[in-house]
Amino acid sequence: MSTATTIEQAVPPAPRSRTFIHRLRDGDEVAHVLTLVFAALILLITSMLVYELWVNSHLSRAKFGWMFFWTRVWDPIFGNFGAAPFIYGTLVTAIVALLIAVPLGLAGSIFLAELAPRKLSDSIAFLIDLLAAVPSVIYGLLGIFIVVPIMRTKLGPALKSALGFLPFFQGPNYGVGFLTAGIVLAIMVVPFIISVSREVLLTVPREQREAALALGSTRWESTWKVVVPWARSGIMGSIFLALARALGETMAVTMVIGNDPKISASLFAPGYTIAAVIANEFTEATGDLYLSALIELGLVLFLMTFILNGLARLLIVATEHGGGHP
Amino acid sequence: MMSRLRLMWRKSLNNVMLTLTGVAAFAVVSVLFLILGYLVWNGGKSLNWDFFTKLPKPVGETGGGMANAIVGSLKLLSLAAAMGLPVGLLAGVYLAEFGGKMFSFVIRYTADLLNGVPSIVIGIFAYSLAVLPVRHFSTLAGGVALGMMVIPITVRSTEEFLRAVPGSMREGAMALGASKWRTIITVVLPAASGGIVTGMLLSLARVAGETAPLLFTAFSNRFWSPGWNQPIASLPVMIYTYAIAPYDDWHRQAWAAGLVLLALVLIANLGCRLVLNRRGAIRSV
Repeated sequence: MSTATTIEQAVPPAPRSRTFIHRLRDGDEVAHVLTLVFAALILLITSMLVYELWVNSHLSRAKFGWMFFWTRVWDPIFGNFGAAPFIYGTLVTAIVALLIAVPLGLAGSIFLAELAPRKLSDSIAFLIDLLAAVPSVIYGLLGIFIVVPIMRTKLGPALKSALGFLPFFQGPNYGVGFLTAGIVLAIMVVPFIISVSREVLLTVPREQREAALALGSTRWESTWKVVVPWARSGIMGSIFLALARALGETMAVTMVIGNDPKISASLFAPGYTIAAVIANEFTEATGDLYLSALIELGLVLFLMTFILNGLARLLIVATEHGGGHP
Repeated sequence: MMSRLRLMWRKSLNNVMLTLTGVAAFAVVSVLFLILGYLVWNGGKSLNWDFFTKLPKPVGETGGGMANAIVGSLKLLSLAAAMGLPVGLLAGVYLAEFGGKMFSFVIRYTADLLNGVPSIVIGIFAYSLAVLPVRHFSTLAGGVALGMMVIPITVRSTEEFLRAVPGSMREGAMALGASKWRTIITVVLPAASGGIVTGMLLSLARVAGETAPLLFTAFSNRFWSPGWNQPIASLPVMIYTYAIAPYDDWHRQAWAAGLVLLALVLIANLGCRLVLNRRGAIRSV
């Protein structure tokens, strides 16, 4: 290189230090293109996923249109399919799960981030991360053999006698149903909420706490009125992530919800979720319309979690870069 | 007087709320560990040597094991590794070493979203790719489903560990005349290899417990499944079918299988995270 440039002084220097041919021969361009192809493969897979769901649900979309979302009948024999009971079940179980998991998870993460000594906090967070790795079918197994009996013999009757005047806690209690599924889901998503919220809370600058304490606030006031509001969009992000997980969770819910496509106000009643009906009926689906309706349910579930995940990631990124402070 | 009362109120509120947060943290941890302890106790009671060596018995007969499901899970995992890990690794190298700003952001964001797609939906996708065209369930289809789930986790962990390699090492190699590609292969990747491998193991540990995407891709099988083109049993699917069946002996085996699966997943996670913690933490979500 150096000799070449000294001899050919007259030639203007190349715009880049090394020519394309050089970089090609060194393997740089090949490597660049090769890795680029694999990175683009991720885009391709995701767009093919959407495409396949869209194309394969064509029959059902063409036949039912928007009515698919409002129809309460799920009748494979006469080919009448509506998504309403499944969407209802999915939303109700996820809401019940969040009602239980958010207060517990938020309190837990505040304790770990603000109060516990750093060593204790780190080791508990480590254990909680391990729990997040437990496969969902194992939570389902524990749900069937622990939560369902407790629900049938103890928790259900207790709720009935204490809050039986509410429509949510009336009717027969079989042990399986919306509430049981919600409880199992709550157990599954609490580790997520704690783990992400703790990390977000730990990113709040120390000065914020010190300023609040210096103005005479108590520890709790500095946490609740300064630190938590600062981190609130990140915390919302963790809740959205948990919600997306709860909506898409399949096995644990399938095992404890009772699998009955009905809309009932009572949380004791058995129900059905989108993921559960796909898991149960996909292999038995006779006829193209039946299969297509199940795939359209999958498309609905995909869109729900897609939007939630997108929002959650944006919120978490927003907090970590410069705080969610107004 | 009023201000004294108010101070007392604020102080007691402080104590009450702080105690409650502690109670919540310990309640969560202890409930979770109680139920896992129950699993270990029940599974340990039901586990025996037959579980690892025998095939499942037909309905109505007691005994038998899940040898085929254990081998099946291993086969599915190796397929997933063969398909998913190279993609994840190379895409991760692109993001850390080559990527421009905008395109990398899109890839990263897509990987995160793919990571959040419910596993049952991945199952439908793998079904339409690998089952519909040939009209039968197969080991291969199950591997495709799991392989797709491996990719997003591997990409993100690979990228993070490559970024953790100090820039001075790259500059050192390039100053010695190495091309960029040579630098990556001989300097950057070896420096990050420990982290990258543990990240890969973590992603495999995660898909090892996946049930939903296998239900209608790999399906299940009561017998051995030679080759890659037939339905195959796997531990998670066996746990599911045995747990919802009405036979006590099957419940016993479901507990045993649950314990084996949990032990595998937790040991892999524990080992990886201990290694990673020494090298600097990795984001788990």
